[in-house]
Amino acid sequence: MNEPIRRLSVVVLVMFLVLMGAASYIQVINANELNADGRNVRTLYREYGTFRGPFVVDGDTIVASKSVDDSFNYQRTYTDGALYAAATGYYSIVFGRSGLEQSENSLLNGSDDALFWNRLGDLFAGREQEGASVEMTLDSTLQKVASEQLGDQRGAVVALDPTTGEILAMVTSPTYDPTLLAGHNSVEVNKKYQELLNDENRPLINRAIAGDTYPPGSVFKLVVAAAALESGYTPETSLYAPQELKLPGTSNTMSNYQNEKCDTTDTTTLKDALRVSCNTAFANLGMSLGWEVIERKAKEFGWTDQIDIPLSVAASRLPEDPDDAQTAMASIGQYDDRATPLQMAMVTAAIANHGQLMTPYLVKTVRAPDLRVVQQNEPTEYSQPMTAADAQSLTDMMVEVVDNGSGRAAAIDGVKVAGKTGTAETGDGSAPDNWFVGFAPADNPTIAVAVLVENGGAQGDAGKEATGGIVAAPIAKAVMEAALAKNGNS
Amino acid sequence: MATVAEIRVPTGRRAEIALLAIAVMIAVLARGLVDYHADFLELDTLGLYAAGAIVLAGVAHMVVRRYAPSADTVLLPAVFALNGIGLAMIRRIDFAYAERGRETSFGQIQLGWAVLGLAVMIVVLLVVRDHRVLRRYTYTAGVLGLIGLLLPLVPGLGTEINGARIWISLFGRSVQPGEFAKIALVIFFAGYLVTNRDTLALAGPKFLGMRFPRPRDMGPLVLVWLASMLVQIYERDLGTSLLFFGIFLSMLYVATERLSWVVVGLGMFVAGAAFAGTVFAHVHSRYEAWLHALDPAVYSSGTSEQLVRGLFGMASGGLLGTGLGEGRPDLVPYAESDFIVASLGEELGLTGLMAVLTLYVILVQRSMRTAIGVRDGFGKLLAAGLGFSLALQVFIVVGGVTRVIPLTGLTTPFLAYGGSSMLANWIIVGLILRVSDQARRPALEVV
Repeated sequence: MNEPIRRLSVVVLVMFLVLMGAASYIQVINANELNADGRNVRTLYREYGTFRGPFVVDGDTIVASKSVDDSFNYQRTYTDGALYAAATGYYSIVFGRSGLEQSENSLLNGSDDALFWNRLGDLFAGREQEGASVEMTLDSTLQKVASEQLGDQRGAVVALDPTTGEILAMVTSPTYDPTLLAGHNSVEVNKKYQELLNDENRPLINRAIAGDTYPPGSVFKLVVAAAALESGYTPETSLYAPQELKLPGTSNTMSNYQNEKCDTTDTTTLKDALRVSCNTAFANLGMSLGWEVIERKAKEFGWTDQIDIPLSVAASRLPEDPDDAQTAMASIGQYDDRATPLQMAMVTAAIANHGQLMTPYLVKTVRAPDLRVVQQNEPTEYSQPMTAADAQSLTDMMVEVVDNGSGRAAAIDGVKVAGKTGTAETGDGSAPDNWFVGFAPADNPTIAVAVLVENGGAQGDAGKEATGGIVAAPIAKAVMEAALAKNGNS
Repeated sequence: MATVAEIRVPTGRRAEIALLAIAVMIAVLARGLVDYHADFLELDTLGLYAAGAIVLAGVAHMVVRRYAPSADTVLLPAVFALNGIGLAMIRRIDFAYAERGRETSFGQIQLGWAVLGLAVMIVVLLVVRDHRVLRRYTYTAGVLGLIGLLLPLVPGLGTEINGARIWISLFGRSVQPGEFAKIALVIFFAGYLVTNRDTLALAGPKFLGMRFPRPRDMGPLVLVWLASMLVQIYERDLGTSLLFFGIFLSMLYVATERLSWVVVGLGMFVAGAAFAGTVFAHVHSRYEAWLHALDPAVYSSGTSEQLVRGLFGMASGGLLGTGLGEGRPDLVPYAESDFIVASLGEELGLTGLMAVLTLYVILVQRSMRTAIGVRDGFGKLLAAGLGFSLALQVFIVVGGVTRVIPLTGLTTPFLAYGGSSMLANWIIVGLILRVSDQARRPALEVV
């Protein structure tokens, strides 16, 4: 019986070799795939179990990880969570990450390649892996002012430093407190998330950069004006500005605000057309320039580009091959024109910065746990959509808007303010969206701001008379004032 | 004048002391690491544990030295090492559960079973002074084995856990009678086959170049096949079914030296299993969970969730493991019992799992060596059968967790939480030690 016993032990050996092979396949060959599987909660637990770096604004920690005694080890805590939610996003065990919590994730959790040496040090010292801290460009004062000014109206405010592209304020309203979603009780978190999701005011979307894009209305006239100046027009060039303009090839007509005439006669100047936001003049101007010219200019300002700040910004859109009537509508920011508040802030900042558009960014510095600078974002040029001379002409025209035109509500005592109002038909019968963009001081700008208030803001549908000049301009004024006060200009 | 004198030959008992010392060290260090990572390290308690382990190892060694002086010297240390690793892992899982608010004391209970298991092994060595005595109880063992195997089917007595009906409820405790039936049936097969091997080895018709047994001798094979099919379908456990049939087939092959028996038997089993898989929904879903474990539809239906979670755990362990106390074995259901192999794979890595598997290989190969060494046919079949039963059980459990075969409800010998399995496997060790004492005892020489 010895021979079959020997053979049987060979069979046993083969059986164990098969087991070892299977274990090797699972633990080594197929391991990466299994570890990356979305159903594998281990990856999640491992991440939530590490110390996550904080967010810093103006030297203060606004988001931190606190050590707690549960299976996740750390609790993410948000100070003034709702104020910064548009930038930070949330960090949830149930719904994952959004905002900077998502885009800066590898730095925050310490797994980024830039932190390799720190990880190695931690390994040898037996320390737990720690994430880097992310310092934002936001200015807490401007952020607070913008948020208070918007109140519970639906809208957004974006403020840029026109010389650097730093995003000084980014507020969306209504918003939410990420604390609600950061809890470790998944039932509770789920409930809160569903509440936010079902809220008809959609607090989870970031109106400043994503979610919806808006018809820009008259603030788009800045782009048309820039295209005109480049094509040889001057602020004094005469434009045909009838009380009513027949749209070519249709039976429709276009009129001005409250059906008024723009000037005493049927002609006006480019300067005055911008000052009183004359629709018929800009529609005519657009048709004479041709859509390609306006389109090229808009693209230089950033339209149709998908940019990351590093949050992903929705691309602002333009109509495709519009006919004459559509070109007329698109030249006053209607028809298929769409823009994010950030896009309008970029246009404003470029005019303020002598025609040079700086790339907007939200993260200033990333520091390793040992305070070593891992990433320092320097200002970079995005494009040069205007010459310095044209930018100066347009600035002067925008100062007229605030001094003697539709934007008087943004005027600040003792400071020259440049601005432009916008009141955009939304096409669904509700009150128009109200815009104001501007910068100050006009001759040496330190802040450029774009304000959007949806559907007449606080006045709601009853406020069909609401305009950018009435609803949005005061908000922009308050933000600019706060910035100037900070810089000692006022 | 002729006298009979015993020649003293080295038995390797000193080597056993050294190996036992290593095994005890592994057990104590593993427990120390577990306690350290759980912030629970008390040197007094650990010292007590170490002292206890040393005493138990010493007692085991002395008993073997006294009552089975020539027995194999590697078996005991290998079993001690496996037990030590299992106890540390189960304790570690207790800590993991506690962290999630679930108070368990699997580690304490298992420690009790391990000590009791060792005691039972000593009793086996004391009572069974010669393994050939067991041959007298061939048919008694056969009846007991069959009863044990089918006991869970008795209404009111059998209990179903995780879809498998392989437990019975006894004095408020769950007992797996199959674990003990396994031993009884190996004794029965050994006794029966050693008597009938000549008949069963008789040549029958030749087919496809292979000589097959005579149809009239197929009775016993068909009977065991029917029993194992009954187990698979009504106890809903492919593992137990495969284990019994495999043990019988391997012993039949050893007894008759005829490969044709294996061919016929395997063919019958595969046909039966495939039939059960197409006809019975619960068997079918087990096959589905095995073949398409990662398929989202199968996963979300819950049938493969445990298996896949085990795979995730092993994958996260990688080559070197997370380290004892550093992983999340508690994320796999039944991490302390059915899936202890996945827990070990996660925290000790592929390296640790290979080491554990190697310990089993050593255990089984020493049993096979014993079977070759012992002179009587019954002893050969007993040792080979017991050794192969260990090997096959490990293959079925680990193979189930690593997706080599469908997942079943068997326990990993010496590692997994569970009293029945612990006691039964210690009895097996006692029996193999007993046979190996015969196998290695120096022949009496005439001077």
